[in-house]
Amino acid sequence: MTTQDQKEGQDQKEGISRRRLLSTAGAGMATIALASGVTLISRAQATPRVRGVGVPASSKIRWGFLVNTNSDPSDWDTCVAACKKENGWANTGHPNTDPQWIRKVSLKDKRTGAATSLPMMCQHCEFPPCVDVCPTGASMRRADGIVLVDRHRCIGCRYCMMACPYGARSFVHHDLHNQRPSMPRGKGTVESCTLCVHRIDTGKNPACVDALQAKGSKAIIFGDLNDPNSEISREVARYLTTRIRDDLALEPGVLYRGL
Amino acid sequence: MKNMIVFKELDANGLDYLALLGWLLVFIVAGLGSSWYMEHNGHIVTGMTNQIVWGMPHVFAVFMIIAASGALNIASISSVFQRKMYKPLARISAILAIALLAGGLMVLVLDLGRPDRLIVAMTKYNFKSIFAWNIYLYSGFFVVVLVYLWMMMERRMNRYARAAGIFAFVWRLALTTGTGSIFGFLVARQAYDPAIMAPMFITMSFSFGLAIFILLLLFTYKATNRPLGDRILFMLKNLLGVFAAAVLYFIVVRHLSNLYATHRHGVEAFILLNGGVYTALFWIGAVLMGCVLPIALLFHPATGKSCSAIMLSCWLVILGGLAQIYVIIIGGQAYPLDIFPGYQVSSSFFDGVVHPYAPSLPEILLGLSGMATAVFIVAIAMRYLPILPMSLSDAAVDPSHDKSK
Ligand code: SF4
Ligand code: SF4
Repeated sequence: MTTQDQKEGQDQKEGISRRRLLSTAGAGMATIALASGVTLISRAQATPRVRGVGVPASSKIRWGFLVNTNSDPSDWDTCVAACKKENGWANTGHPNTDPQWIRKVSLKDKRTGAATSLPMMCQHCEFPPCVDVCPTGASMRRADGIVLVDRHRCIGCRYCMMACPYGARSFVHHDLHNQRPSMPRGKGTVESCTLCVHRIDTGKNPACVDALQAKGSKAIIFGDLNDPNSEISREVARYLTTRIRDDLALEPGVLYRGL
Repeated sequence: MKNMIVFKELDANGLDYLALLGWLLVFIVAGLGSSWYMEHNGHIVTGMTNQIVWGMPHVFAVFMIIAASGALNIASISSVFQRKMYKPLARISAILAIALLAGGLMVLVLDLGRPDRLIVAMTKYNFKSIFAWNIYLYSGFFVVVLVYLWMMMERRMNRYARAAGIFAFVWRLALTTGTGSIFGFLVARQAYDPAIMAPMFITMSFSFGLAIFILLLLFTYKATNRPLGDRILFMLKNLLGVFAAAVLYFIVVRHLSNLYATHRHGVEAFILLNGGVYTALFWIGAVLMGCVLPIALLFHPATGKSCSAIMLSCWLVILGGLAQIYVIIIGGQAYPLDIFPGYQVSSSFFDGVVHPYAPSLPEILLGLSGMATAVFIVAIAMRYLPILPMSLSDAAVDPSHDKSK
């Protein structure tokens, strides 16, 4: 157990007020707006940044990413590396079958020739077709907008991969090695970016965002799109943003700026 | 009520019959072995990738599932549309339908990433998923057709056979619609459009199912020396010609209407012009072999009356049908997703490029084992159940002979 893990364990024991403290400390994160006269309990049930054990995810939150495509293209390599490290997926020399939870996509405007690049991962759609088509309900959307696959329920039919317009999902084609305890995976099942749910639930940023911040980049801003005071909401209100394949009206939780 | 048709089990204890079963078992075991191999090593041993997620097993499975509902057509024509000529064929038609569905589902299940979790698929449902609906439609089909078969075979239940037949007919339409909708509902894929997928699949089912049915009839009656008259054979082959023409019609309508939609031009050009193997399979397989040649053979005055030409037409419809499903399923995935319209894209995940796919041996064996399973079920059923008329000679099937009764 790392010291970080131990600290989180303590946090959970120490209860709501401690959690609140942690949440306020979270970098630019949605904090709980404390209206006077609201009881402690209802505050805790509102939108805690840290999700306690057994506490259901709150629909008051809508986790999202704001990606600034004008950033240094090497930032996306940083994200990919961080995601691999955090979640244990890797290149095994089989590019056609190796999973990719996040990838760097290079774009060139066919008419103007202008080029850019961006990171593409699960867009955590508000109306996710992958969830709609899943026969067993293994593909699911959590109340706070995170789209996940229940690896114990997934039968590996791959219909969700047919349905996802973003090519965001991968099928585990081979035996797995070096799995991370925080991110169990399974051969024969489908996986994709979890928005680092295990980190979010303990009050941390997703690994890709943390890695960017460590190198002083704000290429991806993570936060609660429902909280008007969050950094992401303020940025989204300030700049024009795009949702990819917006014509499909899936309302992705990942927004792109500069596209 | 007239009843000149005598149904009788196959009197098949000969070596030929056992040899047939033996060969089928070889294929079935090979398929089971392939599935075990694929599950043990992971799908990395197949030709499938993260871009082509449904491969050869799906081609076979979807083909058999839609052919299953088409095979029931003969029974439906006799019960629902009260065509007496078809009545002697109703039982075998129902058995073939069940067998094909079982074979198709077997392939579908054995190709899952986790076939061991079948119980999850049977107990946990997401009712928004057309796939989950299909699980109901498929299991219901077995029950509905078995009940229907029982009502046809049990004299005291005969009077309910028509109602059961109508129910089964409606069910099979729903089933094929459901199967077609698996593709129709994929908003993200340029190759699939919701409006035409379902009716097209229904027409395809008529054609594929009937082709298999005629082949089965020709083979069995020849092998057992039971008489098969021209009357019934020509009636069936004319029907097959009409169905093949209907499939051709839908192919034309589908691609013409796609050509009206600008955003589908890319994928249309891919299938019709520059898609390499998919273009070849489309024109030579689906159009020429699956429709044009059989139509010509079946309706030409010279070949239309030849047993071997009819047999050839059936094989062509089957092979052309497989080609058509291949183009729909694999070709539809090979063409890259249009995630960024108007941009030229590239990535380590093969964005923006046509995805290669080559079916591996285990995949093909698994698919063939589904076919073998279907034939195996039919062979066993014929041996132990009175589903096959002793004679299908003109005199036996022609209703005008009944009047002498
Ligand atoms: S991006 Fe794809 S996998 Fe992610 S929620 Fe949307 S449809 Fe599902
Ligand atoms: S949020 Fe986590 S899982 Fe998703 S791309 Fe970033 S690092 Fe990977």
